[in-house]
Amino acid sequence: MDIRVENVLKEFSRYPALDDVSLEIKSGELIALLGPSGSGKTTLLRLIAGLERPTAGRIFFGDEDASSKSVQQRNVGFVFQAYALFRNMTVLENISFGLKVRPRATRPPRAEIKKRAMELLDLVQLSGLDARYPQQLSGGQRQRVALARALAIEPRVLLLDEPFGALDAQVRKELRKWLREIHDKTGHTTVFVTHDQEEALELADRLVVMSQGKIEQVGSPDTVYDTPNSPFVFGFIGESSRLPVEIDNGELWVGGRAIGLTSGETPKGNALLYFRPHDVELVPEGAALAGVVVASRRVGGTRRVELEIGGNPERVEIDLPFDHPAGEKTRIAFKPKRWRLFPTA
Amino acid sequence: MYEEDIAVYDSRRPPEPAYQHTRPTTEPRWIKWTLIGIGVSFMALVIVLPLVLVFVEAFRKGAEVYFKAFTDRNAIAAIQLTLLVAAIAVPLNLIFGVAAAWAIAKYRFWGKSFLVTLIDLPFSISPVVSGMVYVLLFGAQGLIGPWLRSNDIEIIFAVPGIVLATIFVTFPFIARELIPLMQDQGTTDEEAALSLGATGWQTFFRVTLPNIKWGLLYGVLLCNARAMGEFGAVSVVSGHIRGKTDTMPLHIEILYNEYNFAGAFAVASLLAMLALVTLIVKTVLEFRYGDELAGTRSH
Repeated sequence: MDIRVENVLKEFSRYPALDDVSLEIKSGELIALLGPSGSGKTTLLRLIAGLERPTAGRIFFGDEDASSKSVQQRNVGFVFQAYALFRNMTVLENISFGLKVRPRATRPPRAEIKKRAMELLDLVQLSGLDARYPQQLSGGQRQRVALARALAIEPRVLLLDEPFGALDAQVRKELRKWLREIHDKTGHTTVFVTHDQEEALELADRLVVMSQGKIEQVGSPDTVYDTPNSPFVFGFIGESSRLPVEIDNGELWVGGRAIGLTSGETPKGNALLYFRPHDVELVPEGAALAGVVVASRRVGGTRRVELEIGGNPERVEIDLPFDHPAGEKTRIAFKPKRWRLFPTA
Repeated sequence: MYEEDIAVYDSRRPPEPAYQHTRPTTEPRWIKWTLIGIGVSFMALVIVLPLVLVFVEAFRKGAEVYFKAFTDRNAIAAIQLTLLVAAIAVPLNLIFGVAAAWAIAKYRFWGKSFLVTLIDLPFSISPVVSGMVYVLLFGAQGLIGPWLRSNDIEIIFAVPGIVLATIFVTFPFIARELIPLMQDQGTTDEEAALSLGATGWQTFFRVTLPNIKWGLLYGVLLCNARAMGEFGAVSVVSGHIRGKTDTMPLHIEILYNEYNFAGAFAVASLLAMLALVTLIVKTVLEFRYGDELAGTRSH
C-alpha cells in the first residue's frame, strides 16, 4: 500500500510538532523515521496510524484519502514502544484479539482464528508459548507477540514505534535481522521510528531524517550517509568531525594556511568543513590539516585521536588503526578523503 | 559502535567478609522493637479492643437475646433499608466513579484539577454538613422544596434523600481508587485495542475493565462498607421515622439512647461483621489474585 503524506501540520497546544511535512512511501518499502527526541518522528507515525489527527494537511493510503478515517477504519498494524500487550490475556488471546473483535459478518470462525494465530506464533518463532501471559515473557518475546498481534489483522501497513528501544543490545541486533526477514517474507509496507542511527542504517530501505518537526533528508542509507544535505544530517548520522574554514581563491584555509582542499562550488566566505573521522589519510606536513594531538584513546579496533588545529578552539577527531605508528606522535597531518562544505552566514 | 572502556571484571563471588556489616538503613534493635510495640499497642487499644467489645456487649445477655434483636420489626426494616440504600448507591457510584476516573485519567481538558478537587470534597467535608445541604436544597423550606411538594415528590425524610446523601458521602471511594490506577496505566492499551479494530465498547469491556477490575472491586468493597455504615449525613436527612427511614446505624443509635444496649450492640455487631467480611474478602482477593493484582497495579 502506497502512503502519501501531504503538507501535514500538527500542533499540540499551539506548538507545532510537525511543520508542513510531505512524504511518499512506496508499497512494500521498509522505511525508518530517524531523528532525535522531539523531532516529530513518533507524531508522524501516529498521524499515519490515525492515532492523532493532523491540524492541517492530508494523508493518503493508495488513492484513498485516509485523513478523516478513524484508526479502526485505516486497518494498520501498530506496534507500540512498550508493546501494550493485554496483560489479562494469554499470548494466543492477544494475537487473536484483532480477529475476535470483528463484526460477525467479517469475523472468521473460531477454529480459523485459532489456526491463524498459531501460524503467526510460528512465524514469530514463539510456538509453544501460546498459553503464557505477557508478564511471563522476556522483552524480546513480548516484542514478537506485539508484532504477531499487529500482523493478525492483515494490516495494509505496519507501523512500529521504537520497536527495539527497550531491549538490550544483543537481543536488539537479533530482532533487527529478524524483522527484516519477516518484512521480506510478508511484504508489508513498514514504517518504523527510531533514534538509533545504526538501526536505521542497517534495517531500512530508505531513511527519513527528521529534526524539529521537519524532514531534513530522505534517501537510501548509503545516500544519506555519503551525501548528507545539511550540517544536521552530517552530524546526526554516523561519526563526524567539523571545522570552521575560510574559502578564498577556490581553496580552503584554516588560520591563514591553505589546507590543500578545493572548495568546488561553495562561494567565497566562511564555511564549515565536515568529514568522517575514519575517512582520512595521513600525509606529510605541508598543505594539509595539521594539528597537535591533545587526546588519544583506544576504542576497540581503532585509535581515536583528538587534534587541535591552528589554535582553533574546536577540536577534530580522526580514527587510526590502533597499532598505527602515528598514534604515538604529538603532531599529525592528514587530509579527509571525502568531505562536505556548508557555508555559514 | 565504539565501546568507550573495556575492562575485565572478575565475576566470581568475593569471599564473605569475616564480620557482619549492619546495613546503613537498619536501626538498633531497641528502636525497632519500640516502634513495633507502639504500633501494635495502638492498634490493639484503638481498633481491636472496641471491636471485641462490640461482640462481648452484644452477647452479654446470651445468644437468645442477641438473636431476638433481629426479629424486631423495626430492626428488620432498618436492615432492609440499609441493604436497599447500598444496592442503589453502590452501583450508581460504580458508574459515576468509573466515568469520572476515565475522564480524569484519559483526557486532557480545562478544569480537570478542579474536578479532582471536587471529587475529594465528600472526604473533606463533615457528613453532617452534606446532609444539611440536601435539606437546604430539597427540604420544605429549601430551594426546590415547594416545587417537589406540589408534585408530590418526597425526598427529605424519605428514602430518596437517604440514597442521595449516601451517594454523596461515598462518591470518592471508587473514583479515588481508580484515578491513580488508570493514570498509571495510560492509554496505550486502549490505543492498541482500537488500532486492532475494536470499537469503543469492546475496548472498554475487554481491555480497560479487566485492567482495572481489582482496583474497582476494592473501591466497591470500601464504598459498600461506608454506604451501609454512614451515619451523619443520613441522620440529617432521614427524619428518624421508625420502621420507615431508619437505617442500621440510625437504628443502633435509637436503641442505644433507649438504654437497650443488648439490642444496640447486636445490630452493631452486624455492621462490625460487615467490616470484617470486607477485610477478609479483600485479603483473600489479594492473596488469591496477588499476581494479577500486582500486574494490574504496576506500582
